[in-house]
Amino acid sequence: MTELLVEPQAVVPEPRTIEKVAIVVSKGSLEGVYPALIMANGARMEGIEADLFFTFFGLDAIRKDRYGKIKVATVGNPGMHLPTLIGAVPGFSALATKMMKRQMEKIDIPPIPEFIELVADSGVRLYACKATVDMFGLTMEDFVPQVEDVLSVGEFYEKAAGGEIIFT
Amino acid sequence: MTATLIADTAVDVDAEGFLTEPIQWSEAIAEEIARDNGIPEMTDRHWLVVRFMRERYLTTGAAPSIRALGKESGVPVKELYELFPKGPAKLAAKIGGIPKPKGCI
Repeated sequence: MTELLVEPQAVVPEPRTIEKVAIVVSKGSLEGVYPALIMANGARMEGIEADLFFTFFGLDAIRKDRYGKIKVATVGNPGMHLPTLIGAVPGFSALATKMMKRQMEKIDIPPIPEFIELVADSGVRLYACKATVDMFGLTMEDFVPQVEDVLSVGEFYEKAAGGEIIFT
Repeated sequence: MTATLIADTAVDVDAEGFLTEPIQWSEAIAEEIARDNGIPEMTDRHWLVVRFMRERYLTTGAAPSIRALGKESGVPVKELYELFPKGPAKLAAKIGGIPKPKGCI
């Protein structure tokens, strides 16, 4: 006699929405900074809470003296589809950056200084990483006024509690 | 797309409740969508943003970006988020009876 086994029902979890994100920006190139800003802005546009935590060269995006001068990495970037030596030609990175910025302006992506202001006005909180700030010998004076604080890793995790962490 | 009743008017909406036919829109519909989305009362500032979104969509075929909204609507970005905490571009489009904005900015 055969006996029918009752198949266990798969447990389907409730679909969850994202309520909060903390985005870590660790790179100081144009292609390192923009995705984080676009994701932070996009989060706010969906009503999602967003924090930006800048570390290592990512700090360039919030440094008064550097945030207007962020460039595309034309060396060591396979995505450029260029021989390394051409990417290294003086002025090439500036040219590639100029061309990319023109394309971005066409689709309404603001330059980095304006974008930092836009995300801060949208309610994104901006923080600098304490370890890197100490390592580079920086102070709050070096940062744009939108930066709220310098945080240790532990403090960052406290702020990020209950949300998703994205590393770029 | 489904047909539904908003402010006693038959309208077509998408899965998220955005009107798919902007022509079916009215101010009474706008007020009811606003109430259902956490805005109990539409102030002049709300109307300014909603009308700007709607007009821009009807003339260009696309909803403005949050950047354009902040620069050109007459309401700065900070205030946009105070008026529409759950996302100004998205919510103003919904209240204004136009499709959900597709851009990333």
